[in-house]
Amino acid sequence: MLASLWAIFRKDLLRELRTKETIVAVLVFALLVVVIFSFATGTGVTTDVAPGVLWVALAFGGVIGLNRAFVAEKENACLEGLRLCPVDHAVIYAGKLAGSLTFLLVLAVVITPIFLALFNLPVFLPRLALIIVLAVLGFAAVGTLFAALAVNTRARDIMLPILFLPVVSPVVIAAVKATAPVLAGASWGELATWLEILAAFDVIFIVVGALVFEFVIEE
Amino acid sequence: MNDGAGIAARGLAKRYGERPALRGIDLDVGRGQTLVCFGPNGAGKTTLLKILATLIKPTAGNFAIGGWDGRRDAVMLRRRLTLAGHATYLYDDLTVAENLRFYGRMYAVPDLEQRLGEVAGRLGLTPRLHDRVGTLSHGLQRRAALARAALHDPEFYFLDEPETGLDPEAAAIVRAWLVDINKQGRTMVVATHDLARGLELADSVIVLHRGKIVFQARCEEIKPADFPKIYAACLRAGGGQGAG
Repeated sequence: MLASLWAIFRKDLLRELRTKETIVAVLVFALLVVVIFSFATGTGVTTDVAPGVLWVALAFGGVIGLNRAFVAEKENACLEGLRLCPVDHAVIYAGKLAGSLTFLLVLAVVITPIFLALFNLPVFLPRLALIIVLAVLGFAAVGTLFAALAVNTRARDIMLPILFLPVVSPVVIAAVKATAPVLAGASWGELATWLEILAAFDVIFIVVGALVFEFVIEE
Repeated sequence: MNDGAGIAARGLAKRYGERPALRGIDLDVGRGQTLVCFGPNGAGKTTLLKILATLIKPTAGNFAIGGWDGRRDAVMLRRRLTLAGHATYLYDDLTVAENLRFYGRMYAVPDLEQRLGEVAGRLGLTPRLHDRVGTLSHGLQRRAALARAALHDPEFYFLDEPETGLDPEAAAIVRAWLVDINKQGRTMVVATHDLARGLELADSVIVLHRGKIVFQARCEEIKPADFPKIYAACLRAGGGQGAG
């Protein structure tokens, strides 16, 4: 099972490294969001506005990338090829989720330091790193499921944001609420509730995703 | 499971919305036998192959392959069967070798590099192993798709028009490969429009028309010269008739 998961992850990584078709577009988009907001708001309103800026950049940038996650599977009916493989469909979900998660983490690793620098915030914030990991895991779990659903629709570029953003909004809200105190220098204890909420959403979304993925990719 | 069992289907039906694609298909294919399925476009050949390959679920009916239940044991069965359809199931941005390695890992193929070399060699792909699939001609892509299908050395082959779109040289390579598989005692169901080639390969044949089997016979019961007339008559009548 792990070998199959790893094979799917490796294949997606190899494709993306070769084409760079998604990551470049998404990074440019997210970077533009952060830069434009930094000019629009200035650097004096950091802890009120800055968390929203970061999570708008990551969430909307993520949608663009997640939309691409299943496009390659649609070409040449590769998703059928995957479905023919002797693995549980939950493994396919997990492999695709790992690819989406990696992509979102790369996006966050590039964008967050730029965001922190533009808003005159300390660049080394381990608590923010934890929030980012938990939140993008939730994005990836929901996004992978809905990307698989949207890829079979004609208006897939529109369909994914319509499906994804409402469902993932609790994660975005929790991430914004957890980020604000981190930027203001709050302790771990003050974050606990939001971190627990993020972790709970992650567990729920991953379990539900793995359970229903089979029905989503069936013809 | 029964190692001596081939393919058995009873009452297979499939509807796409209101439109019936298959209507009550009964068939038996002995272990190591080749069934060739003829029929015009839209007859239900591809749907039948996809159901037998566990890719889509029938609306009604049951089937078993190698003694495994087609619905209940689908994951187990997929290790032992393969489907080569109209689509290649290959990633255009990866090379032929990378695609085959990916599928080899998904099927946990032992000695993958050796097996990959064997299959690629048999289908004349060795010089193109490191080319991206998207840069290959249609014929080479079809052969790469067949290499993917054969990589895990399945016992049951479901092949949908394997020679379609190939130039004579490529068609000859694929034909020789099919004969090899046949000699190795693999069980095959092949859909084709090519009556002469199909008969060469077949132990038994069926003709599908509008989702129903309208003709069914063992090859020794058919004179090859008569078959085009029988086929045409089947399509005109659209009703049941059988040899013998």
